[in-house]
Amino acid sequence: MVAETPSGTHTEEDAQPGSDAGRKIRVLIAKPGLDGHDRGAKIIARALRDAGMEVIYTGLHQTPEMIAEAALQEDVDAVGLSILSGAHMALFPRIVGEMRKRGLDDVLIYAGGIIPDDDIPAIKEMGVAGVFGPGTPMSEAVKFVRENVTPRHSGEEE
Amino acid sequence: MPTDAPASSSQPKRAAATPVAVLVDKMLAGDRGAASRLMTIVENRQVGYRETMRLIAPRTGRAHAIGVTGPPGAGKSTLVNELVKHYRADSKTVGVVAVDPTSALSGGALLGDRIRMLGFYQDSGVFVRSMASRGQLGGLATATVDVARIMDAFGHDIIIIETVGVGQDEISIAGLADTTLLIEVPGMGDDVQALKAGVLEIADVLVINKADREGADRLANHIKTTMRLIPHAEGTWVPPIVKTIAADGTGVKELAEAISKHRAFLIEKGLFEKERRARLKDEILERARDLLLKRIMRNLDESGKLEQVLDELMSHNSDAATAAHALVDGIS
Repeated sequence: MVAETPSGTHTEEDAQPGSDAGRKIRVLIAKPGLDGHDRGAKIIARALRDAGMEVIYTGLHQTPEMIAEAALQEDVDAVGLSILSGAHMALFPRIVGEMRKRGLDDVLIYAGGIIPDDDIPAIKEMGVAGVFGPGTPMSEAVKFVRENVTPRHSGEEE
Repeated sequence: MPTDAPASSSQPKRAAATPVAVLVDKMLAGDRGAASRLMTIVENRQVGYRETMRLIAPRTGRAHAIGVTGPPGAGKSTLVNELVKHYRADSKTVGVVAVDPTSALSGGALLGDRIRMLGFYQDSGVFVRSMASRGQLGGLATATVDVARIMDAFGHDIIIIETVGVGQDEISIAGLADTTLLIEVPGMGDDVQALKAGVLEIADVLVINKADREGADRLANHIKTTMRLIPHAEGTWVPPIVKTIAADGTGVKELAEAISKHRAFLIEKGLFEKERRARLKDEILERARDLLLKRIMRNLDESGKLEQVLDELMSHNSDAATAAHALVDGIS
């Protein structure tokens, strides 16, 4: 039968009829705003891919509308925002707002980059579920996505 | 809807719990989120996918499907982006299905075609969906064509299916589209490299992209010569060669004209419906084969017959041909 890559799919206990085991987790990695450094975004994109997920990377200089629209069209489970410019307090509420406007309430939003600790509570309040600073092990970021995406219950059909 | 993420499994789901009939109605009313969710259901062959396809069937068949294939780095995504611009200027709505390869090692994929198609995010006349090839045996073609059908039902006039041109994928893409474009670029090693393995035969329009590069004319001549060796019966379509520079849009108008001419030719000669019928025949046979194979494999898994037959083979009491028959006999 089809070989599964358990790491990228839903967990073992999901692997029953009526579950969504085998469905690939899809993640959008986005670089909002004006900073031009996407090494971190590319590294996390690769780490997620290597964990068996399908990663859509859209490049630099994304507006909140672009990110939300891409999340909608790609029907992703999670959106990872990479930001180094310091504009997170301005951009994140707009991104969350654009996502909600499109009914994407159940998409996991998380962030990585240079974000001062003092800002984190406010960011979480906005609806960004996790914040990862420099030095976060890749495995931790991958685990966070896998454990926090909203499961979608539906089995396969011939 | 709860607003505090992350959601736990007890929370209500956005569309996961929504019956596909409702999603289809929403999509037909113009809901992009519903269309997107249906694409996921269909791509994953989730419960409800066949009902989805059945419900949208009466709404499909209107769009012109364009397949785009060629080697990695040929400029397919950039060219697709330019084609979308061209069709939008002509007030046509466009859906794009962009397929990138799945990593054989991890099963994951990095889907980057969208990077070149970012200009349309405020344009509700364009819908771009990335897909991973997932290494399915033949399954990619059917999943891709099903996603394209959702776009068709959603009302897009043009659907562009972009696949990476390696191995046999480019052959099966011809089974997806009304018009197939083969993109080649000069200077990618031996000229013959790009043209072998029968790829030329599947092209309805040959595109030489990056035509400002050295060797473009030589490649064009080489393709022309090779094309002459392929028999074209009287009254059949002879694929034109179009030179483009996708990076600045040069030749895109001519490419779109070549595509229109191909469509007009098919319709005029009565080939349009005929070719679609032939493709559908291939498709249902392939689906039936997959289905049979799955059922046989499941049966073998459950009955333990495979191990039993293997034991006989190992003890030289049977032979492989007889064993294969024994496996399949009695399975309907």
